[in-house]
Amino acid sequence: MARAKKNVSKSGRRHPLATVALVAVGLLVTGVAYTGFSQTTATAEVDLSSPATIEAGEKLFAANCATCHGMQAEGTVDGPSLIGSGAASVHFQVGTGRMPLAFQGPQGMVKPVQFTDEQTLQMAAFVASLAPGPGLPDSQYLQGDGDVANGATLFRINCAMCHNVAAAGGALTEGKFAPSLIGVGADHVYEAMVTGPQNMPVFSDANITPQEKADIISYLKYIEEKPAVGGLTLGSIGPVAEGLFIWIIGLGIIVAFTVWVTAKSN
Amino acid sequence: MAEAAKYNGSEGAVVPAEGHGAVAPAAGTAVIATDAVQNPGLPPHRKRVTDLDPKVEKRAERTVYTLFYVSIAGSLGAVLAYMFFPIESGDLWDIRLHTMFVGVGMTLSLLAVGIGAVHWGKAIMADHESIDERHPVPSDSATRAEAVEVFTLANEESGFSRRSLVRNSLIGALIAFPLPGITLLRGLAPQDQDPVTLLKHTMWEEGIRLARDTGGYGVGGAIRAADVTIGSVFHVVPENLSQATNLLDEKAKAVVLLMRLEPEKLKERDERKGWSYDGIVAYSKVCTHVGCPVALYEQHTHHLLCPCHQSQFDVTDEAKVIFGPAKRPLPQLPITVDDEGYLVAQSDFQEPVGPSFWERLK
Repeated sequence: MARAKKNVSKSGRRHPLATVALVAVGLLVTGVAYTGFSQTTATAEVDLSSPATIEAGEKLFAANCATCHGMQAEGTVDGPSLIGSGAASVHFQVGTGRMPLAFQGPQGMVKPVQFTDEQTLQMAAFVASLAPGPGLPDSQYLQGDGDVANGATLFRINCAMCHNVAAAGGALTEGKFAPSLIGVGADHVYEAMVTGPQNMPVFSDANITPQEKADIISYLKYIEEKPAVGGLTLGSIGPVAEGLFIWIIGLGIIVAFTVWVTAKSN
Repeated sequence: MAEAAKYNGSEGAVVPAEGHGAVAPAAGTAVIATDAVQNPGLPPHRKRVTDLDPKVEKRAERTVYTLFYVSIAGSLGAVLAYMFFPIESGDLWDIRLHTMFVGVGMTLSLLAVGIGAVHWGKAIMADHESIDERHPVPSDSATRAEAVEVFTLANEESGFSRRSLVRNSLIGALIAFPLPGITLLRGLAPQDQDPVTLLKHTMWEEGIRLARDTGGYGVGGAIRAADVTIGSVFHVVPENLSQATNLLDEKAKAVVLLMRLEPEKLKERDERKGWSYDGIVAYSKVCTHVGCPVALYEQHTHHLLCPCHQSQFDVTDEAKVIFGPAKRPLPQLPITVDDEGYLVAQSDFQEPVGPSFWERLK
């Protein structure tokens, strides 16, 4: 045994796993370097009314958005006018990755965010400068410290029919859907309510007051953080998932058990 | 008979019928074929692995008593879990841990004893086949004669057949007996209200303001026309809902969805032109199919989707059905604005809300 080991090192041949180790090291180095270099710093202290910001936003807009929305956001065949949409809608659409749209279809899908927070705010400042519209939410409403019970009631009345009582999302017609709200940032939830993106209705501050919106956000944070007391939620979509589980796994186990009980011992 | 059956190709004993003075069963009206299939008897007895190998038998025995010990551990574990995972704090994690461990303990205690018992019965207990003969069903003739005698005597002594008036009046009394029960049972249902009238009218009347629905028994503030922006949707109840005697029943009929569209998008027939206000329209939320609330409003397509059976209604075209099992459009509530700018109803719905019923059009 010792002789065989000596032979391997003396012959000067590479260990058979040397290639694998080299590739693994290379992947590790590349991955670490990529994450190190691509960290987008979220510290964006951007003044939305300064001309420099608006100009930077206009440049970004012209490069990324004007193809569908027009050079002055007046709209084209491919995209609606953004005049009057306000900073809130830009921050929501770009900040969640829905815009720039990947393809025309029934629904704009969430994708990896293409712009840094600073760039998003610059574009928001540009669109906001075109005409008055819903602005970015006040941070006092985004803390998640509102009345959770009231938020739950409001959510059930206004939101649960599309987004599901546990905010797990739901289907609409012809390929559209209401997405899950779990893990969505408080600012994006507020902005979505106030602007009514895509087919979601508009819940302006006259319909649901800012404090009520804060309560709804508190409710969403509550169900996000708290464990489900009943155990596995199975996606919180109710009878379909639970029925699938019981009919296939539950009943399967019971049938298997019955077969075992009545079978002869070997 | 038992001796002969013993060598019937099996080692199982045949247990003869006992009791009732073992009488051979009568053939009755059965057709006895001469070339009938012969009774093949029991298949040869196959020894189990626990019969053949004493080591395997020992292992099976170990498994069984280990399972029973696991069951004891599970029962004790459930008791300990109940004591050491308290839920007084009300914290959801505490509750979840408590129910999980108590449940695991109880499951283990029951499952282990069951599996152990079944394994004992299958693998360790004696497993030779035996046959219990079915004893003949009819009693012997002496018992039958006795029974007939008892009945005849009872009939004679009570006079049931002879005294026809007594017998018939008893039958009449027994038939009449449940009648008060049935009558009183009907009395549990509402007496003085005609369901047709109830379904045809809702709380909406001329001048009643549209108010926000705040859930359950609550009624929120009245809604101004200026509050309703294009693309918004409001969940509406009548402002005077809290004065209703059967609040939830009245709410179930009176719920309304309020939406605003661009006025040029609305296709209204002439009679209904006054029913909307500057692009603001109000429709009943109760689906005309089976009655679920139709509240899924798609702002751009102006479609209302009912989540139960996926009926779709087009808000631009008087909530006409464009898909799904509903057959009638949603009833529209005529609205206008009062002198303070609040939205008010002009009248009740012009047709009953909700699903069809027999007397709906009367």
